[in-house]
Amino acid sequence: MSKIFVVVDHDGSKVSKSAAELATFAKRAGEAVGVLLCKNGSGDSLTSQLADSGLAKVLVVENDEISQHGIAAATSAIAQLVSKESPSAVLISSSARGKEIAGRLAVRLQAGIITDAVNLAPDLSTSQSVFGGSFTVNAKVGTAISVITIRPSSIEPEIGGGAPAIEKVQISIEQKDKSVTITNVEPPVKGGRPDLTEAKIVISGGRGTNGNFAEVEAFADLLGGAVGASRAATDAGWYPHTHQVGQTGKTVSPQLYVACGISGAIQHRAGMQTSKTIVAINKDPEAPIFDLADFGVVGDLFSVLPQAREAISSKRA
Amino acid sequence: MVSGRLDRESVDAVLNDLDEYAIEEALRIVEPLNEGKETPEHTITLISMGPDRASEAIRKGLSMGADSGILISDAALQGSDAVSTAKVLAKTIADGGFDLVFCGTESTDARMSVVPAMLAELLGWAQLTFAGSVNIDVAGKKVEIARMTDSGVESMNANFPCVVSVIEKINEPRYPSFKGIMAAKKKPIENKTLADLGISSGEIKAWSDVLDSQPRAPREKGVKLEDAGDGGSKLADYLLEKRLV
Repeated sequence: MSKIFVVVDHDGSKVSKSAAELATFAKRAGEAVGVLLCKNGSGDSLTSQLADSGLAKVLVVENDEISQHGIAAATSAIAQLVSKESPSAVLISSSARGKEIAGRLAVRLQAGIITDAVNLAPDLSTSQSVFGGSFTVNAKVGTAISVITIRPSSIEPEIGGGAPAIEKVQISIEQKDKSVTITNVEPPVKGGRPDLTEAKIVISGGRGTNGNFAEVEAFADLLGGAVGASRAATDAGWYPHTHQVGQTGKTVSPQLYVACGISGAIQHRAGMQTSKTIVAINKDPEAPIFDLADFGVVGDLFSVLPQAREAISSKRA
Repeated sequence: MVSGRLDRESVDAVLNDLDEYAIEEALRIVEPLNEGKETPEHTITLISMGPDRASEAIRKGLSMGADSGILISDAALQGSDAVSTAKVLAKTIADGGFDLVFCGTESTDARMSVVPAMLAELLGWAQLTFAGSVNIDVAGKKVEIARMTDSGVESMNANFPCVVSVIEKINEPRYPSFKGIMAAKKKPIENKTLADLGISSGEIKAWSDVLDSQPRAPREKGVKLEDAGDGGSKLADYLLEKRLV
């Protein structure tokens, strides 16, 4: 059975949930082998989080130089593991960092690359959602090894399989891959809410909030969802740009997307129209967002949201 | 001055959708250095790959203040993928004796956001990407950036030569002035083909194949109701019934 590498994303102490998602895809195509690049001494606590992730084995590289020198250094480590283990594919999460590592790796290995896949078949063919989700493209890499990045939340991870076998590997980073020096890292300021691109539920606010996101946030918190915003709202300075959903912002594909006071311009739709269920609340009955909505309420979000919140809380109690 | 071989420092920008941020950032770096000099010591070359109409984009960058352009067009480049794009740009850059390359970075969702990283890999230059701010020490030949992504803010630095990609919001690109537009008409744009770059069409063959594509099935028509005072409760019922909450 061919090996499929899964590059395990983490923030130094916590493994990202993308690891189990990638492992679920990898198992379809072969033996899922995790690749964990981390600082000296942090391998054990990170691998302990990979129990039941579906990975059969994890190759652990503890090397401080990878975090000191960034993407080229990570590429160097993965490329060395590839030449040692000869996997048929390397799966990486579609983050900024993941895609850049994938790009360099593809060039270095002379391998074909597919980015932002939303599905992976056992024969390593992929599906990508393009033109803002209006088309699906199926593609396959023609080289002996495929480098594929997969969007977060593309699959419900299958939990099980127990603890993976752990193999610690010594790797030295080539000098040419140490040209960048990272001097300081400030982690993102995180509220209690999940990441926008990883959340199962996203509640977004637009022009109709008039700058008041309190109800949008309260609804998100009740449902354990993330908060998004339309470009109109971020450009007005009502909500941070990092929360913008749409063509120039993030693409999300949650189980539930609730658009509050968002008209649904094509640029916004491009970032959310692959969501499984879409709910829209808007005062304007002609708003194009209603064309996409599975459930639409023509009304004021400031009365609809609190009422819905109260009804859900009372039925849950 | 900086490259040693050439008596000038060249900064070049690869044009893409967010090219203007890259051009603006390069201009802001070069302009103070050239201040008061009869002939500019540092120059900006715009490099673009694409059909002949891409020369319009180059012309716009020249009207913002860049010095010259290189346009690579070749029938063999039609439908080329990110790796091929990066290979062609890398060859052009390597031939040009540049010290710094500025690129725009599309949102992390866009396919071509990998090109700057690929360029750095192909050229063997330092990769400083997703920059939200850039500081350049010309005398020390050093670049420092703040990389801004969902993973937070990373301060990083490297010595020349570097590939720098900048994010939207790093600056407010200028509008070309009338004087700039007139001046741009006289600035040179060099046209190149793959043969000029010494690249065979076999070298830029795509390594992945599209099998097929389909339009997404239209969404089924949903329920739309007027809020008659109970819109919130009905929404709650819908979400509970569908087990979404």
